[in-house]
Amino acid sequence: MALDLDTLLTDAQSLIADADSLDALEAARVELLGKKGRLTGALKAVGQLPKEEKPAAGQAVNHVKQNVQALLDERYALLDNAALAEKLSQDAIDISLPGRALATGGLHPITLTIERISTLFAQLGFDVALGPEIEDDYHNFEALNFPAHHPARAMHDTFYFDANRLLRTHTSSVQIRYMKSNQPPMRIVVPGRVYRCDSDQTHSPMFHQVEGLLVDENIGMTDLMGHLEGFLKLFFDQDDCEIRFRPSYFPFTEPSTEVDIRIGDGPWMEVLGAGMVHPEVFKAVGIDTEEFTGYAFGMGVERLAMLRYGVKDLRQFFENDLRFLQQFHQAG
Amino acid sequence: MKFSEKWLREWVNPPVDVNELAEQLTYLGLEVDDISSSLPAMSEVVIARVVDVLPHPDAERLKVCEVDNGTSDLVQIVCGAPNVRMGLVTALANPGCPMPDGKKLKKAKLRGVESNGMLCSGAEIGLSDDSDGIIELDDKAPVGELLADYLELNDHIIDIDLTPDRGDCLSIRGIARDLCARNDLPLQLHEITPVASQHDDSWPVRLSSSSACARYAGRIIKDVDMRKESPIWMSERLRRSGMRSINPAVDVTNYVMLELGQPMHAFDLDKLQGDIQVRLAGDGEKLTLLDGREVELTGETTVIADNSGAIGIAGIMGGASTAVDLDTKNIFMESALFLPQDIIGKPRLYASPSESSHRFERGVDPALQADAMEYATGMLMNLAGGKPGPVKDWQDTPRLPSGKPVLVRRKRLTRLIGIEISDDIVERVFTRLGITFNTHDEGWMAKPPSYRYDLRIEEDFLEEVARVHGFDQLPRTSPVHRPMFRPVAETAVPLIDIKKLLAHRGYQEVVTYSFVEPNQLQQLRPDLTALPLPNPISADLSVMRTTLISGLLDTMRRNQSRQIASMRIFETGLRFLPGTEQGVRMVDEHVESTHGDDIQIDDTLQQQSMLAGLIVGQSQPEGWAGDAREVDFFDAKADLQALFARANGVSLSFEPCELPMLHPGQRASIVCDGVKLGFLGQLSPEVQKTLDLSQTPIVFELSLAALAKATVAQAERLSRQPQVRRDIALLVDDTVSHQSLVSCVTHHGPAWLTEITTFDVYQGEKVEKGKKSIALGLIMQDFSRTLEESEVEQAVTKIVNATTSELGAVLRV
Repeated sequence: MALDLDTLLTDAQSLIADADSLDALEAARVELLGKKGRLTGALKAVGQLPKEEKPAAGQAVNHVKQNVQALLDERYALLDNAALAEKLSQDAIDISLPGRALATGGLHPITLTIERISTLFAQLGFDVALGPEIEDDYHNFEALNFPAHHPARAMHDTFYFDANRLLRTHTSSVQIRYMKSNQPPMRIVVPGRVYRCDSDQTHSPMFHQVEGLLVDENIGMTDLMGHLEGFLKLFFDQDDCEIRFRPSYFPFTEPSTEVDIRIGDGPWMEVLGAGMVHPEVFKAVGIDTEEFTGYAFGMGVERLAMLRYGVKDLRQFFENDLRFLQQFHQAG
Repeated sequence: MKFSEKWLREWVNPPVDVNELAEQLTYLGLEVDDISSSLPAMSEVVIARVVDVLPHPDAERLKVCEVDNGTSDLVQIVCGAPNVRMGLVTALANPGCPMPDGKKLKKAKLRGVESNGMLCSGAEIGLSDDSDGIIELDDKAPVGELLADYLELNDHIIDIDLTPDRGDCLSIRGIARDLCARNDLPLQLHEITPVASQHDDSWPVRLSSSSACARYAGRIIKDVDMRKESPIWMSERLRRSGMRSINPAVDVTNYVMLELGQPMHAFDLDKLQGDIQVRLAGDGEKLTLLDGREVELTGETTVIADNSGAIGIAGIMGGASTAVDLDTKNIFMESALFLPQDIIGKPRLYASPSESSHRFERGVDPALQADAMEYATGMLMNLAGGKPGPVKDWQDTPRLPSGKPVLVRRKRLTRLIGIEISDDIVERVFTRLGITFNTHDEGWMAKPPSYRYDLRIEEDFLEEVARVHGFDQLPRTSPVHRPMFRPVAETAVPLIDIKKLLAHRGYQEVVTYSFVEPNQLQQLRPDLTALPLPNPISADLSVMRTTLISGLLDTMRRNQSRQIASMRIFETGLRFLPGTEQGVRMVDEHVESTHGDDIQIDDTLQQQSMLAGLIVGQSQPEGWAGDAREVDFFDAKADLQALFARANGVSLSFEPCELPMLHPGQRASIVCDGVKLGFLGQLSPEVQKTLDLSQTPIVFELSLAALAKATVAQAERLSRQPQVRRDIALLVDDTVSHQSLVSCVTHHGPAWLTEITTFDVYQGEKVEKGKKSIALGLIMQDFSRTLEESEVEQAVTKIVNATTSELGAVLRV
């Protein structure tokens, strides 16, 4: 009997060791432990033994069965791991292939620049206001203290439709509309398209401006300078950025200033016109100049975008070459 | 205005170099555009005398000259200039002298004769345009010296860009005054002494009070010699201001204008016919100008006239008939004041802006006329001789501009500038600028000098203080701010969000001109009239757009010509619909007038915020997975649906559309809460052909107003009961729309039919021709109970029967 069990164990060991797949191992299990398996048979044989031999024999058979089970488990784990490894290796992909192609879009650099400007001014409480692009003479010129035939009008090459209607030459016209329908204190920026009858390498007949207006009880020229210098330094976000204010002339501001910027060793470049709101403008919109003062500014969006993004030719903004535009996707 | 640095320094000479001088001018608001050296192209040219001239043995037009170049030996030069002659003092480039092209002049043989240098014309050395002959210098010019030293060419030309309010700086003296103030230096005055008259003759002048003229000084100068040439120093200063030397009379008037700011005019006295009259022109009166053009005058223009009619447009340009020429012997000199309000705008009527009109439009000092006349007379006599008569000075005193005293308040100064500026500084600035003042309790009563037309109100004087004190001296501050909450609309979709959403869905934003090419626009929207621009930049940009599609098509065309075949692009912006001829709003059948926040300037013209998109080519960029396909209608529709998904509570539907620019079988109106907002569809193949496009894109355009009309979301109860789904496939005629089928199902379904999905649309072999199969998933769920099998079956049967009776649908089994 004991010898039989030894043989059984030896046979089981080689049977399990020879199983080279999970299927073969299952077949081995059935052969050993199945309903008609050899160990099952051995257990049944124990039942036939005399009563006094049963405990020892049963113990011996169980011992072998436990051994066999352990061997099966061990072999199973080994084969299962191998099968998983095989499957994983079959499922391997070439991770260097590009991701599935999807069209990417983006915003125009003019939009990006306007957003950047509005976002910076929003921190100081400036709202965005908009207005019509075909304007009347009153809002574009008259109320901004440009009398008819004034030489200052010649600085604006205007597209007229008739004696009264024109394409706005600046977004300053929205100042008038806003001041007429709101009460101080007022803080707005006005982005938008503007038009001048001029076209060459450095002039586009259509371009963009952001107008700004701040009206409150005690606004001074030094506040205008503080705000604009702060804005420009943050907009360009460069340490070697110098700002200068020089006197200038606009009919709707007094005093008036033009603001130049210089980055590194570059030349001075004009980026902004600004000044204290002219009393005639306040008069036109019914604001008491003894009670309120204010500043206004206007900046050329294309100029700022060119400096910020290194664009060399103004006309590129309106040619809409997708290869040009796609360069700004990361900025969006 | 361009001028010589040396000339300016005669009036004020701050101890700074030209760059710092330019910076001072810029900080004064007189922006320096350019500083250039006045050295000519050939700066090493010397002065030489032609000693002898012999004919060239082999060339008729060449001469062989012996020239004294200041060294001990005479040099032999071959020269072809017609004016070369014995004794002429002229300019010589010696061998080795740098040429304008950077090379050095070499000895040469001309037709076999050796030439040791070159005699130069004004054009050759870059001094003038004159290339007819070699330069002729004064006999006393020092032979052997550098021409540049003799002509004081070691100078700079400063070009300043003046703002229109600073007419007073259109002269050397005016610029000098500002520099004096900045540097706290006195002006080096040029004494102007009256010239004694040598006879009593004068010419009668009559001023009409309706004319632009408020002051007119005139003087006869007899026996002048117009064949004299102006001296080099004068023609050089004129040249550095961009003017050419013409004759002594013209040169002197130009010189005085540049130096003092008074435009003047000289008439040939012997060509005048009767009294001078300064009057308004007759409507249609004709005049031939100095430049030879004949103009027709309007009745608002002031002219100088004699008995023959107009002989000049006042302050703008003289006439040809009385012009001074080389034979003129006697002249009548005019030094007048024409008022800006009457001159402004006139030069453009006759396309004749001039140095003179430029100054009169901006305002000439009303106190200057007699002084300028004396200054010019003296100068002319030195140049061309002549006997002056008395100056007659007619003045319309009430009309002479005079500055009013203005109260300038100390408190206002502090408030407007932002910091306190001491009384000392204020008074010093005023004094240096010629502003007279008396102190006052609150500040000063200040009166502008006669030449400052721009100082009218308190703020003007405050600006002068800040300007001369220096903007660079002011601190940077931030005002006190009392912030308040401002409303944040949750119901409007911000434009930037719309743009970002489209960008995330693969669209590139473009920005195209608001004015477009009219024929293409006409092809797209023949039903709308576009507003034309009377003065367009070009025919391509001559009408205001009535649709944004035009710009998108241009963008597509341009990119496809650069081999970019596939794209998704969009633009936002205004379109413009002018009123009709009947003076009412134009009706666009396909996009109703939904203006949202757009501001309108009158009742007829509509400026409407639009969004337009275009997709064409492959749905995705080429890739290894090979899943790209041609884009179609439903790609664009999905993008629009995504856009409206952000506008809560706005119902969106796509309905039949008749817009001819779109494919008749692939077009839809975008309808929102019953309002036609825009359209979507494939461009019609006919339009594609007419516009010569290589592909037919899918386009859409809609008014942005609806996206600002969302409602605030309100959360609804969610069911915890199990969901039941039944799928049905219905066979219908081709002509039955999906939408009508779904409406029918919704209408006849129970309240607990919560959702209908469409999971298949099939046409092909397995269904009859002219039919299609639409497969719907009906999702049912009640709030309070589990649905029973029998009631679900009943509901589905009812739905199928309804589709059969209403739409002829047959259930596919």
